[in-house]
Amino acid sequence: FHRLFILLVHAHFISKMAAVQDGQVDLEVEKKEIKTETSNDGSGNNNANSSSPGSTSLGATSKSPTGPAEDQQTLLAVLQFLKRNKLNESVDILRREAGLSVEIDDSPGSASGGAGSGGASNSTVDGGDTNSLLSRVSIAIPAAPAVTAAPVPPKGLDQPDVNVVLSAYSQQGDPDLYPLYYNGLKKFIESVLDCHRAELSQVFYPLFVHMYLELVYNNHEVEAKQFFEKFSGDQECYYAEDLRILSGMTKKEHMKGNETMLDFRTSKFVLRISRDSYQLLKRHLQERQNNQIWNIIQEHLYIDIFDGMPRSKSQIDAMSGSLAGEAKRDANKTKVFYGLLKEPEIEVPLDDEDEEAENEEGKPKKKKPKKDSMGSKSKKQDPNAPQQTRIPLPELKDSDKLDKIMNMKEAAKKIRLGSDNLPSICFYTFLNAYQGLTAVDITDDSSLIAGGFADSTVRVWSVTPKKLRRVKSAADLSNIDKESDDVLERIMDEKTASESKILYGHSGPVYGISFSPDRNYLLSSSEDGTVRLWSLQTFTCLVGYKGHNYPVWDTQFSPYGYYFVSGGHDRVARLWATDHYQPLRMFAGHLADVTCTRFHPNSNYVATGSADRTIRLWDVLNGNCVRILTGHKGPIHSLAFSPNGKFMASGATDGRVLLWDIGHGLMIGELKGHTDTIYALRFSRDGEILASGSMDNTVKLWDTLKAFDDVELDDFTAATGHIHLPENSQELLLGSYTTKSTPVIHLHFTRRNLLLAAGAYNP
Amino acid sequence: MAEERRPKQCTVVLPTESMKAMAESIGVGQLQEESCAALSEEVSYRIKEIAQDALKFMHHGKRRKLMTSDIDHALKIKNVEPLYGFQSQEFIPFRFASGGGRELHFYEEKEVDLSDIINTPLPRVPLDVSLKAPKEQQKAESTEPLKAVKPGQEEEGSIQKGQGATSAEAKGKKEGLIRMKPRSTHELSVEQQLYYKEITEACVGSCEAKRAEALQSIATDPGLYQMLPRFSTFISEGVRVNVVQNNLALLIYLMRMVKALMDNPTLYLEKYLHELIPAVVTCIVSKQLCLRPDVDNHWALRDFAARLMAQSCKTFSTTTNNIQSRITKTFTKSWLDEKTQWTTRYGCIAGLSELGPDVIKTLIIPRLTIEGARIKAVIEGPVVSNIDKIGADHVQSLLLKHCASVIAKTRPLPDNMEQYRVDYGYLGPMLCSHVVKARAQAALQAQQVNRTTLTITQPRSTLTVSQSGIGGSVGSRTPSIIKVPSSLTLMSTRPGTPTQPSPPATKYIVMATSAGASSTQQVITLSSSSASSVTSTVASAASTLQPLVKLESGGGGSLGGSRPLQKYIVVSLPSSASSSLESKSGMLPPSSSSLEAGMKMERSDSPGASTQSPH
Repeated sequence: FHRLFILLVHAHFISKMAAVQDGQVDLEVEKKEIKTETSNDGSGNNNANSSSPGSTSLGATSKSPTGPAEDQQTLLAVLQFLKRNKLNESVDILRREAGLSVEIDDSPGSASGGAGSGGASNSTVDGGDTNSLLSRVSIAIPAAPAVTAAPVPPKGLDQPDVNVVLSAYSQQGDPDLYPLYYNGLKKFIESVLDCHRAELSQVFYPLFVHMYLELVYNNHEVEAKQFFEKFSGDQECYYAEDLRILSGMTKKEHMKGNETMLDFRTSKFVLRISRDSYQLLKRHLQERQNNQIWNIIQEHLYIDIFDGMPRSKSQIDAMSGSLAGEAKRDANKTKVFYGLLKEPEIEVPLDDEDEEAENEEGKPKKKKPKKDSMGSKSKKQDPNAPQQTRIPLPELKDSDKLDKIMNMKEAAKKIRLGSDNLPSICFYTFLNAYQGLTAVDITDDSSLIAGGFADSTVRVWSVTPKKLRRVKSAADLSNIDKESDDVLERIMDEKTASESKILYGHSGPVYGISFSPDRNYLLSSSEDGTVRLWSLQTFTCLVGYKGHNYPVWDTQFSPYGYYFVSGGHDRVARLWATDHYQPLRMFAGHLADVTCTRFHPNSNYVATGSADRTIRLWDVLNGNCVRILTGHKGPIHSLAFSPNGKFMASGATDGRVLLWDIGHGLMIGELKGHTDTIYALRFSRDGEILASGSMDNTVKLWDTLKAFDDVELDDFTAATGHIHLPENSQELLLGSYTTKSTPVIHLHFTRRNLLLAAGAYNP
Repeated sequence: MAEERRPKQCTVVLPTESMKAMAESIGVGQLQEESCAALSEEVSYRIKEIAQDALKFMHHGKRRKLMTSDIDHALKIKNVEPLYGFQSQEFIPFRFASGGGRELHFYEEKEVDLSDIINTPLPRVPLDVSLKAPKEQQKAESTEPLKAVKPGQEEEGSIQKGQGATSAEAKGKKEGLIRMKPRSTHELSVEQQLYYKEITEACVGSCEAKRAEALQSIATDPGLYQMLPRFSTFISEGVRVNVVQNNLALLIYLMRMVKALMDNPTLYLEKYLHELIPAVVTCIVSKQLCLRPDVDNHWALRDFAARLMAQSCKTFSTTTNNIQSRITKTFTKSWLDEKTQWTTRYGCIAGLSELGPDVIKTLIIPRLTIEGARIKAVIEGPVVSNIDKIGADHVQSLLLKHCASVIAKTRPLPDNMEQYRVDYGYLGPMLCSHVVKARAQAALQAQQVNRTTLTITQPRSTLTVSQSGIGGSVGSRTPSIIKVPSSLTLMSTRPGTPTQPSPPATKYIVMATSAGASSTQQVITLSSSSASSVTSTVASAASTLQPLVKLESGGGGSLGGSRPLQKYIVVSLPSSASSSLESKSGMLPPSSSSLEAGMKMERSDSPGASTQSPH
């Protein structure tokens, strides 16, 4: 029993540490360390596969080779963590099991010990940042430390200790003075020059929250309520969601379990303020001897000071809105290799040449540039592209090559889209879904559609005349002539042919679904905390990946297959390989649920959108967070990379689509128009058009070519983040198409640029 | 700085009374007020927390409605046992009760007898999830590898749900500049549904006046295309059912609907011929169309349907669909069959002969001898059945009617009775006399050729007639002739020349049957067809047509004298439907309207002279 707890803790522990070090900790999955027990049918034990040595292995990697002393130290660290997380019961159990005396872990230095162990583990991991798979990459490893050398905030400051964090509030002033303080500051800020006012106004919200929490923590319930009522109306409307949570929190006891609150404590709220404005504020507070506010600013805010012009209100509004303020400028400095990988050379078969010759008259201009670009790409490497072998990718199989050829053929017939040539939209409607359709995916070649449903089923439809067939049973397979040419045809059981198949296995609503690029597998993630891998040959479940202990909101296959990413309620995104039952990487850092996960087209990066209203871009190679993008005012529910890998679009519950430049880590566009959550975003095959589908029953098409052209990115804006968004996004709106009562939850461009949309009819 | 005021933050907490009530319900009697307050705050906070988590599940479930399952899932991630038994999709009704100074909302849990549940029949299994894509899209994008569901299913779905049309957005076609027309919905508006209901009911109902109005509406209304598929199905289904039941009246009504549809210039029937033609052909050649074949005049229906068929061949036959040749083949094949019944035989011949003189010449005339022998065998041979005899009789007169005019045109004089017998067998002598008559008729007509003939081509009710009247009054007044299928070929009493500068006295004669149906329609219908038919109907109909009402607004004393006298005669025909083929088969608007037409003409032409017209 205690093992179970330890394992739970193990996962938490790592995630917490990872969170602290901005995702620098990699989970070690070295096989040798995982002495697998015969897996007990983990009822609710999601880590059933890894056994207790797993936790010791953590100690081993953190500290040094095994020894009794180290073991004890490890246990102490774990106990420390347990205590911090109020898992008192498990503390007791662990203590009993380990036979530790109470005194040991009550020793005063334990807190720092825990922190130290975190740090130690971090460095160890950095050095030997390998696992069984990635270690195959010989070239990539030297690159790793260089990347990880990215600025990391001083550890001491960020170490979260629940008690420490909360007790930070204990130094209290007179509760009656809080409104006075706040009002004083408000008056001051309202009186400063206009150019500074907008910047300084940013201080209001975090200050308000922390003052309120201080009041609550010190049991000044009545004052807290008064304070809240008096000033909550002043806060920006996009914080309404958080304010609602805060308003419910009126007791010290409430603070302990509340995750949102904890996040507020453990992470500093980041503000970007120009030097002038900051000086102004500082002078004011020092003149007034306003220590209360000054303390809060020093302890809970991170003020990122930049030299230059103060930003305008609209510029600030564009970037703010996340749970923990804006991203630090440092956070987005790392170079991101956003270029595409070189396409492997595939000899096009002879008969294809004939066809190309035919095409030559038909559409020479389409074929030519395609060829040219291919040729140039193969000659010189895109400077922004990662090295071909930066992360190991699966080798191409013959069938993949065939598919690639098909893809190229189709691409030759692709329609060039543009503002004057919009795509046709074909809508796949799910009838009789009874509000139960929760996820949809379409294969790249548009031959299969899969739907995830609230009743735990996954259904796969074939939308071509080719029916779905199962492979014959093993007994029947042995009777097949394996030498025959059509053996692939013969292994299929004709009796099972049908237009759709149902996959049973999950025990909760299926929230995420993704086809593998080769169409042999299907991934689904569910409320039951698992990600399942299904075979589309046998239509059975192959693996259940357990790791997220909470609902898994989204999952996606890498564009090259083999890897996949998942993210869920546990605030961690995990990178998996299909043949490993444990994650290869854990991307921790989000302050709230990871709501959507997307692979970069070159498979080297993963973008995650979160309910903390930020988007993070993670490096698959080393697990670092390389971009933090703020600006959304609601949980992010959709992400899309442009086909050239340079840009990203994101959609959130606030009904806005934001466009991002990945290289600079800057917002470059805001597309307003939707009135409800955007669940689907997709770039056309050439990236000229962005399609967005929303809960408001519309599909909108946006001119991204123009949006990207309009952006002028000089060094200055790149350095300071002074963005000038085009005022009116309506010019970019090419079309808006309404369904009657069908929310759009998936969009897909076929290889010929026909837009497919899917959703469930909602009577 | 401060944005617009938000609604007040929810600092609502549960009332302490609730705590007490709940405590009591689990057996805790005396709960301190303070504990209640503490509890209620705690509970309120937790409830809010759970609600916030539940919202996440709602968002990820892509719904706008929070469901009980979301709450369950939210409880689950908090490691709390979910609430069982609240799986209802609908809202859960809370009941309210008060008493003892206490107000309670509670969820009523009824005691259910298990056997009741077991014994009640199972509810219908809900429909399974299905995937649907619009068909048209896939046609437009034929290169796409997309073929979703069977066409049948789709059709059904789109009608039932109206979904196919609405959920798909047709956009500018991919291939470039051609923009596809926005797809029309398959769904009828409520008004249209009402209209459709009214029209179809009137068309097959018992009230002749209503029917005439309905048919008039079908024939003229420009906005019917959305209902066309429904009408077409209505007709084809109606024929299918009523042929089996031998409901002659309904078949006639349905054929009149077809006629009205064909007359509507805004409708394009091409797409629905596959439904309409079988229905029409059925009415031509079916073995039995009525309950009493010996009494009922189903021949008129066959004639009428044959005329419809001929009209649609003329209008819609193209080199690609080959309607005319396919129809001709069908008729010929069953005509040639020895075992074919007289009724069907009649239909085939009628159908063929309506297709025009060329068809008669090449297909019917060569077979006159054989057919004559067959008729002879029935009429002069041993008594078989009365029905056969009537059938043979009708076939004979039909053949005579159609062939005579053709032969009159093609066969050189003289008309020798014996020569005819040699050439045409049994029918020869009778044919000879008909030909002679036809020639006389042609000669008569030839005399009238110099007159301008007001031929009303559209069998379009009173309005058309009055319009033509107006038209005449605008330009130089032309003497007109309205031909009637009967021997009473109506013509202006005073034929004049078209170039006459001042309008001469013109006499319009409008006929109506007293049965509430006017023969105006019929007059026009036939006058638009070949002239030969006019003469040939004489035999059957002439005797029965007796003018009942003769209305002459002659003199017109009120006229200033500058305008010459105009006369209007309204002639009513007797109501014996079976006595006149045409009165049965024609489109029959109510007499009132035809009278009205007369009045209209009067008004337009000579105001003041209309006072006598009884209406």
